This record gives sequence, structure tokens and C-alpha cells, in this order.
Amino acid sequence: MAKRVGMEVTAAIGEAVKLANADVVAAYPITPQSHIAEHLAELVADGELDAVYIPVESEHSAMSACLGAAAVGARTFTATAGQGLELMHEVLYVASAMRLPIVMAVANRALSAPLSIWGDHSDVMAIRDTGWIQIFAANGQETFDNVLCAFRIAEDQKVLLPVMVHLDGFHLTHMIEPIYIPEQSEVDKFLPPNQYPLPLDPDRPITMGAFAPPYIYTEVKKAQQVNLTTAKEVILRCWKEFGDCFGRYYSPVESYRGDKARVLLLTMGSFSETAMNAIDSLRDESKEVGLIKLRLWRPFPFAEIRQAVSDAEVLIVLDRAISFGGPGGPVCSEVRSALYKEDKKPRVIGFVGGLGGRDISPDGFKEIINRGIKISQTGSEQEFEMFGVRE
Amino acid sequence: MKLEDELTWKDVEIGSIVTEPGNASQYQTGGWRTERPIIDLDKCNKCGLCYLFCPDAAIEQNNDGYFKVDLFYCKGCGICATECPKQAITMVEEE
Repeated sequence: MAKRVGMEVTAAIGEAVKLANADVVAAYPITPQSHIAEHLAELVADGELDAVYIPVESEHSAMSACLGAAAVGARTFTATAGQGLELMHEVLYVASAMRLPIVMAVANRALSAPLSIWGDHSDVMAIRDTGWIQIFAANGQETFDNVLCAFRIAEDQKVLLPVMVHLDGFHLTHMIEPIYIPEQSEVDKFLPPNQYPLPLDPDRPITMGAFAPPYIYTEVKKAQQVNLTTAKEVILRCWKEFGDCFGRYYSPVESYRGDKARVLLLTMGSFSETAMNAIDSLRDESKEVGLIKLRLWRPFPFAEIRQAVSDAEVLIVLDRAISFGGPGGPVCSEVRSALYKEDKKPRVIGFVGGLGGRDISPDGFKEIINRGIKISQTGSEQEFEMFGVRE
Repeated sequence: MKLEDELTWKDVEIGSIVTEPGNASQYQTGGWRTERPIIDLDKCNKCGLCYLFCPDAAIEQNNDGYFKVDLFYCKGCGICATECPKQAITMVEEE
């Protein structure tokens, strides 16, 4: 039977990696991810997790060590945040293109300058196109569950891609939450051993990461694109089977009181939890509003997004990252683009807020929704608005 | 079997790995060459410095002790001509 244990969400990630029986952990501590790296180091040092812990000298090395570990068929985990994720940048492309099923928790953090250790999605958006599967968790249980799912998705023979589980720095990493921790036997039933099909093996030599001249590079990239897109079927199946095993079901897009809502708010990550309070409060005022939580960022769930918002008149999207000089937040521009060719679609209004750890309270979300409704009626000269900025 | 430039995206191996080790030897780097080294055997004293310096191992020794260039791999970098103490190697423009 699963036990419900109060623990910091970073520790819950460590417990998930332990229950997944990872073989190799290579990590470099960085706020707000440090507790993940530290907790795993403890688990390995105490003999609770039989894994090789590689204490590397940088995040570039962490991801490079993970490449090697995954290439020999080891179940491989790492975690990072903010600047650390950016230092990994070039290696992230190698992991996905070489089809190495690495799992990484990213404690989402703002980017310098000015130096900020606090949370937002700038780090994620900078590595958006690295070809990883990317899942956003809204609370501790989702984080724990999706780390387990991430191993199964990544290692599925039809997928063989690295997976990032995103959790908001501090707003989620440093929360202490009651989390259902399943028994080892239950996890073993859900998560089969890693069976990487073509590991590095002296008895069966292969070349990994060879160069590709112009006559083949495009074909390799097309294969990668199809691979990542079709991984969605496996993700959906994994979430279904996870639900059947543990009673908690996940979907790429989740609607909260979104039925017959005239106005929808779309959020990604832990701010969804706060936004739910705002929706409840506005529903109490008889306003027809609902919330759309975007959980699967890559592969982008086009069909699910279109379906979830098709009946709404206004869709307000909150981004925790800014595309400077561009159309606004990356989530908003992708959602808007996904809806462009639809005949029946809501008016999409973009907000950027919650940057560098700035809170948005339930009242703040109410303000965003009301302002969004106003813009939908009067229009705005701006492509998007920044919420909560002092003018 | 398809030639490499006939492969479609569906033919690409997982992670575009190369399952046949050592097939880099099939890559004709000689196609990059704009100048080819010509060895004047009257000047050559068989010292072998060209063979030692060639970064692509594209120079080999014949049974008679003289050296010849494998033009399938020679990129025409000219290091052999620069290093030859007898000035026995001349770089001649490819036509």
C-alpha cells in the first residue's frame, strides 16, 4: 500500500529516482535544484540507491556523463536549473538526436542578468527546441508521478528520447507536501527494466554521434521530428496505465471548470494551482470562467488544445517567460499559432508575469482574467501585456 | 542495398548510429582537393617525412621504398610539400 508522506518536493524526486532504481546519477548542484542533487547523493552514499553517483564539475559535464551512461544502457537521471540548463544547452541536442533515454528534473529558474535564483520559465523556453519530451508538473504529487512516468516513456522502444520534468523553482521545489509514495513492488510492476536496443558494446561495435554530410542530415532531422511527435501516443498510454496502477490519471491538457466557460485562462506549471482558486472565486460570482492547464509542452498537444478551447470566446494565456522583441510569451504564441487555422476559435490574449520569482496571487489572477476580458472587448495596441509591472 | 544518398528518413538507424564500424574509409575526402601533390622521384631520398606528416595517412610506401599519394583520401593540404627536405613534392592545381 502506498504511504502518504510529508516531504519537500525535491526529496520526493529523489524517492522517485530511488524507486525507479536508477543506475547512474550525474548532477551538479544549483539553486533551486540543489536539494535534488543532495538528496540523491545521500541515498547513494547511504546505500539506499544502488547507483553510480558522478559528482561532475559543471552541468555541461553532467549531461555529457549522462550521454555516456545512457549509451551503455544504464537508467540515467540528472537535474538542473536556470543557468545550469543553459550550460547544458549544446549537449541537450546530442541526447535527443542520439535517442538516449535520460530523465532530468528541471527546477525552473530565471536567467541572468540581473542574477536571479528565483523561478520562472526563461530557462525552459531557451531550450525549447532541443528535442526533449517536456512535461510540466503543477504540484508535488504530479512531480513524483511524472518522474516515474518519465523513465517509462523515455525507455519505451518506440520513443527512446530524453524527458524533462519541469517544476517551478521554489514555488514547487521547496514546498513540503503530502505525497503518496508507492511500494517498490508496485513501481516494479509499472516500470520494466531499461532495455536499450543498441548499447555501446565491444562485442557489437557501433559508432554513435558520427557526422552527417548534407546528403543525410535532413533525413535524420525528419526522423527525429516524427519520432518526437509520435511519442505522444506512448505518453498517453503511459499516463493511462499509470492511472490504472496508482489511481491518478494525467493528460496533456487538463481543464478545470472549463465546461461551458466563455472565458478560459491557460497556465503551465505550479501557478495553475493558484489560478484554480481565482477560478473558484469568479465562479462564485457567477462568471463563466475556467482554467486550462498545459502539462505536455513537447510534443505540443495540438489536438487537445484545440478541443479544450474550441467553445470559449476568450482565451487568456499567462507566460512566465518573455520573448524579447517578439510576439509575447512563447506559450501564448504557440497556442495562438495552433488555433490560427481553426474556424471556431477564441480570441487569444497574452500576458507575461511571474518573472524571476514574482508571485501572482489568486486576486492577481482575477485581475488578469478581468483585464483579459476587457482587452478582448476594446482591443489593445500591444502584442501582450506584462502583469504586475510598476509603470 | 541503398547508397547513402538514397536513404530516406525511414531508413535512418535509431539515433543515426553507424552499425558498420570503420566505414569512414568509404568517405572520399579526396573530393575536397584543389591541389594535388606530385612527387619528383629524381629528388626523393625516401626519408619518409611526407608519410609521417600526412594528417590523413594518405601517403604510403611502395616496395621500391619510394612514396605514393592515395588520391582517394588526399585533401591536398600541402603539408607533405612543405615538409619535404628535398623539395621533391610540388602542389599542382587540379583542373
